[in-house]
Amino acid sequence: MRAAVVTFPGSNGDYDLYKAAQHVGADVSFVWHRERDLDGFDVVLLPGGFSYGDYLRAGAIARLSRIMEAVVAFAKAGGPVLGICNGFQTLCEAGLLPGALVRNESLLFQGRDVLLRVDRTDTLFTHDYDEGQLLRIPIAHGDGNYEADRATLERLEAEGLVVFRYVDAAGETTDEANPNGSWHNIAGIINEAGNVMGMMPHPERAMEALLGSTDGVALFTSLASSFAAAGPAVREAT
Amino acid sequence: MSSPEGTVTDALVSPRPGDPDITPAVVADHGLSPEEYERIQSVMGRDPTFTELGVFSAMWSEHCGYKNSKRLLRLLPTEAPWVIQGPGENAGVIDVGDGYALAFKIESHNHPSAVEPYQGAATGVGGILRDIFTMGARPVAVLDSLRFGDLDSGRVRYLFGGVVKGIGDYGNCVGIPNIGGEVAFDRGYDGNPIVNAMCLGLMKQDELITASASGVGNTLMAVGARTGRDGIHGATFASEELSEDSDEASRPRVQVGDPFTEKLLLEASLELIASGAITGIQDMGAAGITSSASEMAGRAGNGVELEMASVPVREKGMTPYEILLSESQERMLVVAEKGRENDVRRILEKWELEAAEIGVVTDDGRFRVLENGVVVADIPALPLTQGCPTYEREGVESEEIQRLRATDLSEHLIPEGDLTKSLLLLLGSPNVASKRWIYHQYDTTVRTSTAVRPGGDAGVIRIRGTTRAVAATTDCNGRYVYLEPRTGAKIAVAEAARNLACVGAVPTAVTNNLNFGSPLKPHIYYQLREAVLGLAEACEVFETPVTGGNVSLYNETDGRAIYPTPVIGMVGVIDDVTKLTPHAFSGVGDDIVLLGNNTEELGGSEYLYVTADLVAGTPPAIDLESERALQQAVLSMSGARLLRSAHDCSEGGLACALAEAVLGDGEAPVGARVQLGDELRPVGTLFGEAQGRLVVSCAPEATEEVLRTARRHDVPARKIGTVRAADDGFDVELPGARISASLADLASAYFDAIPAIMDAPPRES
Repeated sequence: MRAAVVTFPGSNGDYDLYKAAQHVGADVSFVWHRERDLDGFDVVLLPGGFSYGDYLRAGAIARLSRIMEAVVAFAKAGGPVLGICNGFQTLCEAGLLPGALVRNESLLFQGRDVLLRVDRTDTLFTHDYDEGQLLRIPIAHGDGNYEADRATLERLEAEGLVVFRYVDAAGETTDEANPNGSWHNIAGIINEAGNVMGMMPHPERAMEALLGSTDGVALFTSLASSFAAAGPAVREAT
Repeated sequence: MSSPEGTVTDALVSPRPGDPDITPAVVADHGLSPEEYERIQSVMGRDPTFTELGVFSAMWSEHCGYKNSKRLLRLLPTEAPWVIQGPGENAGVIDVGDGYALAFKIESHNHPSAVEPYQGAATGVGGILRDIFTMGARPVAVLDSLRFGDLDSGRVRYLFGGVVKGIGDYGNCVGIPNIGGEVAFDRGYDGNPIVNAMCLGLMKQDELITASASGVGNTLMAVGARTGRDGIHGATFASEELSEDSDEASRPRVQVGDPFTEKLLLEASLELIASGAITGIQDMGAAGITSSASEMAGRAGNGVELEMASVPVREKGMTPYEILLSESQERMLVVAEKGRENDVRRILEKWELEAAEIGVVTDDGRFRVLENGVVVADIPALPLTQGCPTYEREGVESEEIQRLRATDLSEHLIPEGDLTKSLLLLLGSPNVASKRWIYHQYDTTVRTSTAVRPGGDAGVIRIRGTTRAVAATTDCNGRYVYLEPRTGAKIAVAEAARNLACVGAVPTAVTNNLNFGSPLKPHIYYQLREAVLGLAEACEVFETPVTGGNVSLYNETDGRAIYPTPVIGMVGVIDDVTKLTPHAFSGVGDDIVLLGNNTEELGGSEYLYVTADLVAGTPPAIDLESERALQQAVLSMSGARLLRSAHDCSEGGLACALAEAVLGDGEAPVGARVQLGDELRPVGTLFGEAQGRLVVSCAPEATEEVLRTARRHDVPARKIGTVRAADDGFDVELPGARISASLADLASAYFDAIPAIMDAPPRES
């Protein structure tokens, strides 16, 4: 798998994403926001952080950057695009995913581990998980409250486009388990075509037992194994 | 070319049109005494201009000149074979093995945070990050050490909430994980919060760069944000007492932070250093261009010549005085190799930042400032940076504190009713309660190297590509220092070292932040001197040299000083990260072992504050040699992988330490049954804050070896109980007394306390 990690000014999760992709054997490159093309990449990864300081709105300026034209074209051509945290916000701003991430209900930044339930295991990004599997994954965001208009929300549920939800230890979508007020405890969604996914939690920070969880690994192995030619076995992180 | 005092160029310096006359009142407004002004006249060989007076006022402020602390700071041990850079640079640097070096430092932003908590705290983080990356190190972790008044006041909640949000927003945006720190609430900090931020940065040893203006003819470049009118005289402000009207009047002296620019500046600076195009770099922090340029010149024994008209400014009409003293954030001064200015510019452009040539390195030892070619200030650099008068003052202990210390506390050893209730009360005190409300607002996992997050005894960052890790903690109990400064300071160092040893790290070096009242008052100067003596002695015994730090004096409001608070930021090294030891119990059936001895000492304890609203008595006794033996014992246990957990006993005593160990971070609580046979009064055993104690747990088959290891180090040790399932609850039995609580009760007292207070309406505003 040849993976591009896009770096915007203010991205701070680019390095972690780079390491996570490398962890599953990907051939990874950073792509600076002023670049114009993504030729030769199998997968595009949009990292967390505060692109352009999150001024105006999270992701609002990033979507106007030169590289995003290429990302949109890449996605429209069916290329897999994963946006994490600020990357998810940017995908929504760019119209590649529906809805928006607004200020957390508590108005406070939330930085901690949450439990996620995997609701879709038939995607490019999640086929190495089990249906209903619970994942321990860190979150770190101030604007993670997923919202959309009524029709969009109903369509997301009707078409099964919700991939991850915040749940309690019993796997239930309770209010207590919801760290940001997201509608229906939505933590991650996918587009209808199945090639663009966005999520607020950080699977790239759940790759090693030493750091608290390995539950993110299967997301990256799912992606990598879709590109068998460049997808060798899982490597030890260094 | 010129003599240090008075040169030919002096004749060319004349006051700018519109400069105020220098009267005794103007001198006093600049925080300088008549004697200090005479010293300036003698250094200059003439009267200074208004611009020059401003420059001296900043460089000879307490904040930059350390005039009341310098002589005391010389008493601190600063050397060890592993120290690469001691005090005097932007940050200390130590060797942490495998070719890596760790840069680290702590700094205060107390005064700004008192008047504008959000920006004050945010810019405190920004400043300490810049101190680290200007050494060539990539910041890998921050910690915050905070003190506020009692949390039932609306004002204190506003300060607390604003400070936490400011620290979080800044560090989260730049992408540096917060790995720990501490917070205390006590009326001793009413009106004067303490906001100290510590940063750790890692680099390869050959990446180290220093802040010196070497190479005559090299070009000085201003890099990063533009210079505005914010923060003018911040350094002088930081060296004054606060008063009721400080709030409104001082806000313009607080800087405004932009973490996005900081992130760009961080990346650009590291790229600049790697490019070899620069020979030196320094943050334009306190006293802005003035201090960065003059200190860099001073360190290299060179001079600098600066053209004010070339400095990129935010607004028109700024005078040299304003440009020189502005503390606008996210700016750096770099010394570019002659001929490589364009390389510097190219790197900055990539990161969408500005770089402007504003001066040159000269060989005449002068700090010379021009405005459109006209000399407006011309000062010998060395006296400016090194010549600040230093004072050794008279120190006398306050009689009030002597009386407090002599308070008879024996009546408090008689329980106030049910001991279980006392424990729940203590666990619900914001000083003991879980600090999750704070660190859940921080990004603790970005950069994917945080092996121990906040909430443990110390934060840990692994070093990628090695088996190693570095650990860090900040500690100080201001009440102890208030009651007996030398003892309190020793305890601060000992607690920091204990915390590091608990996670499995060898205590290695110290950065300190001395937060005190006005040194002009004999009883405050006494506290300062005694505390420094205590630090010096403890750091000597633990072989943890002090590699730098910060002094914040005049922490007083309307004449009332804070508790003397010498915060210790200590770092440690772990050679095998798989030997990390958590603070919480985990294995049902494990044995619980107490290292150290219980006593009946209640002086300065949280128990007294919570049950009797009292800060009195003698702080617990501290024996540095047995503390060192304790550290070595626990390190040798974790080194042999004997331990399942290790946790320090501090505020709230043994009972609270046990409760914290069963609760952990709340994710997987366990129960415990503990039997204490001590022939002591139960209040002392449970809630006294005797030093030199740790609670460890181990598999039953390891217990014998744990006890043997303790004996080998002459550390008292005994099995006191067993870890049980959470459903079995928490029981502590002792002769004639008992604590018995469910995990749910403990958890709700401990975890809900601070959120409940922050959500409740304030008692008064």
